[in-house]
Amino acid sequence: MTILVILRIILTIVAFNHKDLLGIKDLSKEEILSILDTAKSFKEISKRPIKKVPSLRGRTIINLFFEPSTRTRTSFEIAAKRLSADAINISASTSSVSKGETLLDTARNLEAMCPDVIVMRHSSSGAPHQLARICKTSIVNAGDGAHEHPTQALLDALTILDHKKAIEGLEIAIIGDITHSRVARSNLHLLAKLGANLRISGPPTLLPPAFERLAEGYSGSVMVTPSIEKALRNADVVMMLRVQLERQASAYFPSLKEYSYFYGLNKKRLELAKSDVIVMHPGPVNRGIEIASDIVDGNYSLILDQVTNGVAVRMAVLYLITGGSSANAQKEVLER
Amino acid sequence: MRLLIKNGLVIDPSRQYEEKADVLIEGDKIAAVFPNIEIANAQVLDATNLVVAPGFIDLHTHLREPGQEEKETIETGSKAAAMGGFTSICCMPNTNPINDNATVTHYILSKAKESSLVNIFPIGAITRGSKGEQLAEIGEMFKAGIVAISDDGRPVGNSQVMRRAMEYAKSFNLPVVDHCENKDLAAGGVMNEGYYSTMLGLKGMSHLAEEADVQRDLILAEATGAHIHIAHLSTAGSLELVRQAKQKAIKVTCEVTPHHFTLTDSVVVGYDTNTKMNPPLRTDKDIEALIEGIIDGTVDAIATDHAPHHEDEKALEYDCAPFGIVGLETAVSLCLDRLYHTGKISLMRLIELLSTSPARIFKINRGSLSVGAYADVTIFNPNLETSVDPTKFHSKSRNTPFANWRLKGKVINTIVGGKIVYQNC
Repeated sequence: MTILVILRIILTIVAFNHKDLLGIKDLSKEEILSILDTAKSFKEISKRPIKKVPSLRGRTIINLFFEPSTRTRTSFEIAAKRLSADAINISASTSSVSKGETLLDTARNLEAMCPDVIVMRHSSSGAPHQLARICKTSIVNAGDGAHEHPTQALLDALTILDHKKAIEGLEIAIIGDITHSRVARSNLHLLAKLGANLRISGPPTLLPPAFERLAEGYSGSVMVTPSIEKALRNADVVMMLRVQLERQASAYFPSLKEYSYFYGLNKKRLELAKSDVIVMHPGPVNRGIEIASDIVDGNYSLILDQVTNGVAVRMAVLYLITGGSSANAQKEVLER
Repeated sequence: MRLLIKNGLVIDPSRQYEEKADVLIEGDKIAAVFPNIEIANAQVLDATNLVVAPGFIDLHTHLREPGQEEKETIETGSKAAAMGGFTSICCMPNTNPINDNATVTHYILSKAKESSLVNIFPIGAITRGSKGEQLAEIGEMFKAGIVAISDDGRPVGNSQVMRRAMEYAKSFNLPVVDHCENKDLAAGGVMNEGYYSTMLGLKGMSHLAEEADVQRDLILAEATGAHIHIAHLSTAGSLELVRQAKQKAIKVTCEVTPHHFTLTDSVVVGYDTNTKMNPPLRTDKDIEALIEGIIDGTVDAIATDHAPHHEDEKALEYDCAPFGIVGLETAVSLCLDRLYHTGKISLMRLIELLSTSPARIFKINRGSLSVGAYADVTIFNPNLETSVDPTKFHSKSRNTPFANWRLKGKVINTIVGGKIVYQNC
């Protein structure tokens, strides 16, 4: 018991000393576990009648979104507010970006107002990395192009851990448009680092080259297959990805109907998975396209739990990136 | 006016000459090349421990003037060339207006006469406005002084237009230069398609985009008998196609850039937009093939694809930043460091790739130190270590991925028409 406590303390000491959170790829297994640990502590706050702790009182967090987003932006805003931070939302359409100001100039101007964290979403991969290079402010990547979406992978892991003892050894299928998916990339880094065996599947046109090599050096494994059946067989976890209509115009697949027929998740296909399989989706869901309605609303589905966990994970990330430690998080929650 | 270059190792691939000798220049011509020339009234340039070569010729430069003088001008580009050891540069037509008629050609040449330190040889557009539809006034531009035609950067997609261009250019004995990129296959990519584009989530440009167009051009060149020159060839597959075509005696030549034989797409990690160029940086396997081609003669020339861009543009998101890097001031050091000091090729071969062979490809009357030839000379120290410092570039732009690189080999003097235009201090 005491050994466990000591181990836990050591773990929190090595915890988090990054200025930014740009991707899961840059994090160690220990850092990932420490964020998840912190998130677990914060989960409880959202269940209280008064959903607020003073941990980040006086801190300013800017949500800088260059791409439309309801879920992620709201989730970050709620997370900041539950920690008593001041949260400001900027969407590209209402900012000077539309007046031709460059991304870096926008960032410099925001930084001049001394925020503590800029949470950023951008359609260009690497945009938050460019910002992080010139800003002293912490940058949290809320999704960059087809690159990474680290808080999504963290909330996915937290959701899996609500139902499974550990990530290690799990058979996890990720199915859909892998090429354009930052969720798939962040999840690959996180889950394979933690020892899961991934089956990546989708139409062959939407499976990017050398995807399995991204897991080189991780303890888990990755198999890429265009056969959804092969990916689903005996899976513990199934993650479906959103497919976008515009891919049809670029000749990735013939029609959404055909996509649904060959790559959609339905009851019959889900029977290939383990009996205690859990089904996830980062949203927004195209009902009846990549996933059948009865699965979205069914017992296996954790889609709304993911959204709930998103708040806790983002609280943890904001807390840790502004200098908090995993051990203190527990205290902050208890003191209230 | 006499200039005597003393005690250098003179290497002239045009006549396979390699000897410790002196070079005497009278006016703008080479007057004599032999050991221990004794002559009065000559300015003496000591080239002890240095290599004396026929002036280097860049087949692929973007000078941006007219139209984009904030990036480069003929004057600043020519200074960059002089500093980099190039005595002649061939400028691509994608200016504003595009060099698709004799008026623009005349303008470039008159500006060059006024402000350039080195020889400027314009390349005309293949099609009007480089739109890929109607032929540009190729004949008139030829009379005005172009040395080749190209729609570089906006390659001719319509194969029938390309076929006509080859048929037409052949009558003027003009090489057709193609930036081979099938736009459909390139699909808006911003880097090489492969492991790193998958990792970084950036849109990939497949090697197939280049190879498909190389293949098309070779088929058309074989049928028309025209001379096709493949610009900045970057993939193992393209190289193999050219190698096979040469065996079939198709009139094809090709160039490779220093960045394509030095860097792979792994340097895109970090999203530095100075790693964004077109064709994109490829893989280790491609570099291996390019160097093999440089050794065995499949590659005819090394060219820079000097593409200056303003730092404001390069500070944009990776997706939005323009393609291209400056190359004139790093090319020779990269060649010496990466090709000569690694034991891949001799200095004779290197100078052939940078001077004799480019002259032959565009039929430019340079690239030789024979008596009577134009006195364009590049003098370099193959063993001097240098650090790449973009703040010291003479180009208006600084967009290089080689900042702070330490390289072995440096240009010491550049002489154009008997005049010293660059002297390393």
